[in-house]
Amino acid sequence: MKFLIKLLFLITFIFSITVHSNELIKLDKAPIDLNDHASLQRGARNFINYCLNCHSANYMRYNRLTDIGLSENLIKDNLLFTAEKVGEPMKIAMTQKDAKAWFGAMPPDLSVEVRARGADWVYGYLRGYYRDPSRPTGWNNTVYEKTAMPHILWKLQGDQKLNPERQTLELTKPGSLTAKEYDTFVGDLVNYLAYMSEPSKIKRLNMGYYVLIFLGVLLFLAVKLKKEFWKDIK
Amino acid sequence: MRAELKNKNPSSGFVAWIDERFPLSSLITNHMTKYYAPKNFNFWYLFGALALVVLVVQLITGLLLTMHYKPDADLAFASVEYIMRDVPYGWLIRYMHSTGASMFFIVIYLHMFRALIYGSYKSPRELLFLFGVGIFFILMAEAFFGYLLPWGQMSYWGAQVIINLFSTIPFIGPDLSEWVRGDYLVSDATLNRFFAFHVIALPLALVGLVFFHLVALHEVGSNNPDGIEIKKNLDKKTGIPLDGIAFHPYYTVKDLVGLSVFLIVFASIIFYLPEMGGYFLEANNFIPADPLKTPAHIAPVWYFTPYYSILRAVPPILNSQFPGVAAMGLAVLVFAFLPWLDKSNVKSIRYKGHIFKSWIALFVVSFFTLGYLGTEPSNVWGQFSNAIPFIGGIDKATVVARIFTVTYFLFFVLMPYYSRKDITKPVPSRVVYK
Amino acid sequence: MADYQDEKIDKKKRSFLIAATTVTGAIGAGAIAVPFLSSMTPSERAKAAGAPVEVDVSKIEAEAMITAEWRGQPVWIINRSEAMLASLKKNDSSLADPNLDVISQQPDYCKNATRSIKPNLIVLVGICTHLGCSPTAKLQTKGDMGENWSGGFFCPCHGSRFDLAGRVFKGSPAPINLVVPPHKYINDNTVLIGEDNTG
Repeated sequence: MKFLIKLLFLITFIFSITVHSNELIKLDKAPIDLNDHASLQRGARNFINYCLNCHSANYMRYNRLTDIGLSENLIKDNLLFTAEKVGEPMKIAMTQKDAKAWFGAMPPDLSVEVRARGADWVYGYLRGYYRDPSRPTGWNNTVYEKTAMPHILWKLQGDQKLNPERQTLELTKPGSLTAKEYDTFVGDLVNYLAYMSEPSKIKRLNMGYYVLIFLGVLLFLAVKLKKEFWKDIK
Repeated sequence: MRAELKNKNPSSGFVAWIDERFPLSSLITNHMTKYYAPKNFNFWYLFGALALVVLVVQLITGLLLTMHYKPDADLAFASVEYIMRDVPYGWLIRYMHSTGASMFFIVIYLHMFRALIYGSYKSPRELLFLFGVGIFFILMAEAFFGYLLPWGQMSYWGAQVIINLFSTIPFIGPDLSEWVRGDYLVSDATLNRFFAFHVIALPLALVGLVFFHLVALHEVGSNNPDGIEIKKNLDKKTGIPLDGIAFHPYYTVKDLVGLSVFLIVFASIIFYLPEMGGYFLEANNFIPADPLKTPAHIAPVWYFTPYYSILRAVPPILNSQFPGVAAMGLAVLVFAFLPWLDKSNVKSIRYKGHIFKSWIALFVVSFFTLGYLGTEPSNVWGQFSNAIPFIGGIDKATVVARIFTVTYFLFFVLMPYYSRKDITKPVPSRVVYK
Repeated sequence: MADYQDEKIDKKKRSFLIAATTVTGAIGAGAIAVPFLSSMTPSERAKAAGAPVEVDVSKIEAEAMITAEWRGQPVWIINRSEAMLASLKKNDSSLADPNLDVISQQPDYCKNATRSIKPNLIVLVGICTHLGCSPTAKLQTKGDMGENWSGGFFCPCHGSRFDLAGRVFKGSPAPINLVVPPHKYINDNTVLIGEDNTG
C-alpha cells in the first residue's frame, strides 16, 4: 500500500511538470483530428494549392499521403505539382536568393512548423490578418505582429479591420467564403499541417495501446512472482 | 589441484568447460545467488537497477540513431526529421532516446535522494558514493553534448550560452571557450566534436564508472533504510548475514515488478507524451539552428534548471559573471564532500533528529524551486515595487532564487555543525522488517 | 538455497510463474527487437531512390542499346535485330544454362527463348553474376572477340562471356546468366523497370 502511494506520488510528480506556462494571447483551439481523413485530405489539397509555392515541406514525401487515405495514383494525378515521382519530398522551385529579394527572408519550411509554433498558433495566425496600410504588404496580424507574409488567403476570407480598443477583428469586406467556411478551410489546413509535422503520430498512438496492455500483463505476472518468492522471507 | 576449485559448484559438461576458462559459475554465485542484500529494501532501492536499464536503452537506441544521423551543420536537422519519418520505426527509437535522457535524470535524482536520506555515502561507502558522483558529472556532460545534436534553435543557443560560461573564467576563459568550440561561434566544428564526445568518449567513461560503482557496491555491500551493517550480524553456522537475502531470486523478482511499473511510465511518455509539454522536447528545437536569431526565451532542459537558476541568481562581481559560473559548478561538485560533511552518528533518516530532517526538507524545497525558476524567464513574477529598500525594482523571482541558492549551499556548508547537534534516536541492532 | 527445500513451498506454482514470466519477457524482448532491426532496412528515402523507372524504348535503333539506372545499377535495354535473334539458338550447345533452369535469374514471363517480353527488346541488369563488375557490350559479331563470337557481353574483370540474351558461356567464372529485372510495358514505347504485374 505504501508502495502504491509512493508510486502515485511519483506519477503525479512527473505529470505535474507537464502543466505549462502562460500564453500571451488567447488563442482559439485548432480543430485537430488525425482520424478525420476527409479533413486531412482537404487540408492537403489546400496546402498544396496555397502554401507549396513559397513554403517547402522538404521532409514530407508525397507518397506519405497514403497514410490519410489517398492512393498513389490519386496523388500522382492531382497533387504532384512540384515533383516528378510520388516518392519525392514536397520541395519548391524558389531559391533562397530569390526569396531574399522578394520577401526579405526565406519563407520557413513547413514540415515541422506546427511542432515549433503549436497548432492553435497557426490556426489563429491564418485567421488573424487585418488591413494595415503602414505595412509594406498592406497586412498585419494579431497573432504575429509585423509578419512578413502577405495575406495569401484574402480572396477567401475578405478584409478584416482591427478594432484597436477591444483588440478584436471585424470583417469589412466579405471574401468568397463565409466566416464559418473560412474557419473550416483554415481548420482543415492546420489539421493537415499538424499531421505533416509528425506523420508517424497516428501509428504511435495506436501502437502505444498494445504496448501498455502487454506491460500490464508483465506487471501482473511480476507481482505474482514476487509475492510467491517473498513468502520465504520472514 | 588449487584450493578454490573445491568451493565451486559441481558443474558438468559445457558449463564446466567454460568454468575452467572463465569464472562463469562463480560470478553468478558471488554476485547473484549468493550475494546477500538486506531484506528491508524499500521503494527507494529500485532506482539503481532502473538506471542500469535506462543506460542499456540509451546505448542501444543511440547506436541505432548513429546509423542514420549526420553530424554536419547542414544536414543534422534534416537527418533527425529523416529518422522521424523515413527510417522504419525511427520515430520510436528517437523518442526512446529523447525520453530516455530525461528518465535517466529522474531515476538518477531519485537514486541520489535515496543516498541522501539513508546516509549511503557514509563509511564504508565513500568511494562507492564518489563513483556515483562521477557518473552524475559524466551524465550531465553526456546530456549536454547530446542536446546539441538535433541542431535546433534550443540546441544551438543552449550550447552557445553554456560554452560562453567558460569564457568567464579569469585569464584563460576566452581562449578556452574558443578551444571548446573549435571556431569563433558554435558551428559545424562544434557539432562534429560534440558528436564524437557524445557517442564515443563519454559513453565509454560512463560504462567504466558504472562498472566501478558496482564493483565497489558488491565489495562493501548495500546500505538499507535502517542504515545498519548487515555484515555485523552473521549466522554462526553459515556465515551468511542474518538480515541478508540472496539477490537472486528475491531482488531480481522484486526489481522486475519495479521495472514493469517503470516501463509502463516510460512507454506512456514515449507513445502519448513524447514532448512532455515542452520539457523533454522543446518546441523551439523544431526550428533549425539559426546563428543570427536567438529565440525569445531560452531555458535549458529541465534537468539542468536547478543549476541554471543558481547561475542566474549569483550577481556579477567586479563586472565578471565568473562567480555565478563557479557557484553553478560548486553546486554539483559539493555532493562529493557529503561523506565528510555528515558528522551524525547514525546513517538513516529514520534515526536522525528534527534538525537534520528539516534541513533535508529545506534542501528539497530549494532544489525544486530553483528547478522551476530555471524553466521560466527571471521576470516571471514581475518586480518588487521601487518603494521597498534594497530589493526595489529587482525581479521577484531573482530574489527568491537567491534565497534558495543560499539555502541550497547552507544545507551542505552547515552540515558538520547541525549534524553533530542533531539529537538522534537509538539504532536497533537488526533491520526492521515486517 | 535451503529455502527451496522448504515443504510449504508450492513448487508447481513457482515454476509455472517463472515460466510464464520468462515467456512474457522473451516475447517483449522479441517484440522490441522488431523495430530495432527493421530500422536498418531500406528507408523511405532509399525506397524512393530505388523506385521503378520509366524508360522510353522507341528511340533505340536496331542492333543498339541504352543504359538506364535502377536502384543505382546499370540496366541495359538492347534492341536485337532478326539476325541477332537467329544467332541465339546456335549458342545453346556452348552455354552453361541454355534452358534457363535457374529461376532467380529472370521473371517467369521472360523464361523463353529470347528472355524478353517483346522478342527484340531485352532488359538486363548490367552486373556480372560473378563478382559484380559491369560487363562491356560487344554486340557485333567477330571483332576483337574472335572469329566465333556471335555478339554479346564480355566482363573485363574475370573474362566472363554472355550472349545477346545475357546467357553465360561455358567456362566463364560467372555461375549464372545475367539477371532480367522485373519490368512491364506501360505502353508500346515505355517500359517500367522494377515493377511488374505479378505483385
